[in-house]
Amino acid sequence: MSRKLVVNPITCVGHGLCAELLPERITLDPWGYPIIDPTPIPPRLEAHAKRAVASCPTLALLWREAVEAKR
Amino acid sequence: MSASRSRSAPERALAPAALSPTDPIRMLPRPVVDGHLGHVDRYGPRPAAEARLIDEIDAAGLRGRGGAGFPTATKLRAVASRGRRPVVVANGTEGEPASAKDKVLLGAAPHLVLDGVELVADLLGASEVFLCVDRNWPDVSLAVERARDQRPRTARRRLQVLDAPDRYVAGEETALVHWINGGEAKPTFVPPRPFERGVRGRPTFTSNVETYAQIGLIARFGADWYRALGTTAAPGTTLLTVTGGVAQPGVCEAPGGSSMSSVIAAAGGAVDGVQAVLVGGYFGTWIPGSAVDSVSLDPASLSGYGASLGCGVLAVLGDHVCPLVEVARVARWLAGQNAGQCGPCVHGLPAVADSLEWAVSGNPVTASQIGGLVELVKGRGACKHPDGMARFVESSVRVFGDHLAQHRRHGPCPTHHPVLPVPETGTWR
Repeated sequence: MSRKLVVNPITCVGHGLCAELLPERITLDPWGYPIIDPTPIPPRLEAHAKRAVASCPTLALLWREAVEAKR
Repeated sequence: MSASRSRSAPERALAPAALSPTDPIRMLPRPVVDGHLGHVDRYGPRPAAEARLIDEIDAAGLRGRGGAGFPTATKLRAVASRGRRPVVVANGTEGEPASAKDKVLLGAAPHLVLDGVELVADLLGASEVFLCVDRNWPDVSLAVERARDQRPRTARRRLQVLDAPDRYVAGEETALVHWINGGEAKPTFVPPRPFERGVRGRPTFTSNVETYAQIGLIARFGADWYRALGTTAAPGTTLLTVTGGVAQPGVCEAPGGSSMSSVIAAAGGAVDGVQAVLVGGYFGTWIPGSAVDSVSLDPASLSGYGASLGCGVLAVLGDHVCPLVEVARVARWLAGQNAGQCGPCVHGLPAVADSLEWAVSGNPVTASQIGGLVELVKGRGACKHPDGMARFVESSVRVFGDHLAQHRRHGPCPTHHPVLPVPETGTWR
């Protein structure tokens, strides 16, 4: 089980709230879109990560709990 | 080797003349099979689909021929295990501008592709079957429809031939599924992948049309026959498009792992030397001319240059062509082919193309500046379009890096005849 953040780049329009709420894991590129650190989210950041997920205006930030099944 | 084959299997996929390792490569198109009767006469009747066909495909080591090279048996099992009646899609859209092998295959041997499509549809118990072709090639869809209508009707299921949009990413499997479902031919966010939820929400098996043609042969003649040509890592034969600075550009069928020089020779040889060869299309990798004589089209040999065969394109760049101009043209085209969905791709790809054009016109642009922009787009799209372009540009900077400095010093090159095709494209629907 790994906990990580994933962004749906189609729905993301670059509001940038996530980078404000979770600067430990999310930075913005020159155009304002999030660059997400792929390493698992440690317990101490979990609450912040979930707040970032809940705050995304387009629901583009996703909380993934399991490793995606490989085809 | 060929003598050990059974009498009923004298020929390779698309090559009515027998191929042998000593005389391996022939150019297509070859004489078109004369209707369904001629096809059955040549290859024998299509066998019934049996469950062990998946194991046979596995033993043959067949991989998808659309570019990604995913093991076909694994994909078949994934769809079969979903427990719902699936849909089968044969992808002949071939949006790769430098590639012609799918069009040639569908025109020359449509029945072989349809054999494979029917086998897979029977095997999986599919309810619906689609074969998608590039809408700019009405001759191809006509050949497929004519072939379909010559064949005996199978139950209630009917193959639908669809003329798909000609955009570069329209052939990406999620984009194609989205379009069949009535949307724009643009990639969708994964998961779910088509094998989980595809056409009409059903598990959907998609593969390149050449994959189906190979299945049509493996079902008849078996994995051992298939592996009699090619290498362990690149079994069987593969269709290649040889284009650019060669005397007779075209499509050929070659055993897996053939030497690059033999393939170029089959296309009449290089007409202006070989400065470099682009392998795998516009998501591909350059092999420098100095290496052409030592490289074979085997995964191990190609990976030494960071390359893979991809969709089977070899584009030869002659000695008197400015590679930076070609790279910048292709990069600009790729940037324009983004689906307009993902921010990093919408903004990043034109920025990469800008940097290359600045370099071409003699501005001071360094390899690390281009590399920095490329790094920003990698892995950040819903599909692999930005990653493919990144791969192409990184390879270009690696192989043609010294041209950046030369352009900075001497300014732009005199204009030359464009080599790599960058076609106009139409709508997304």
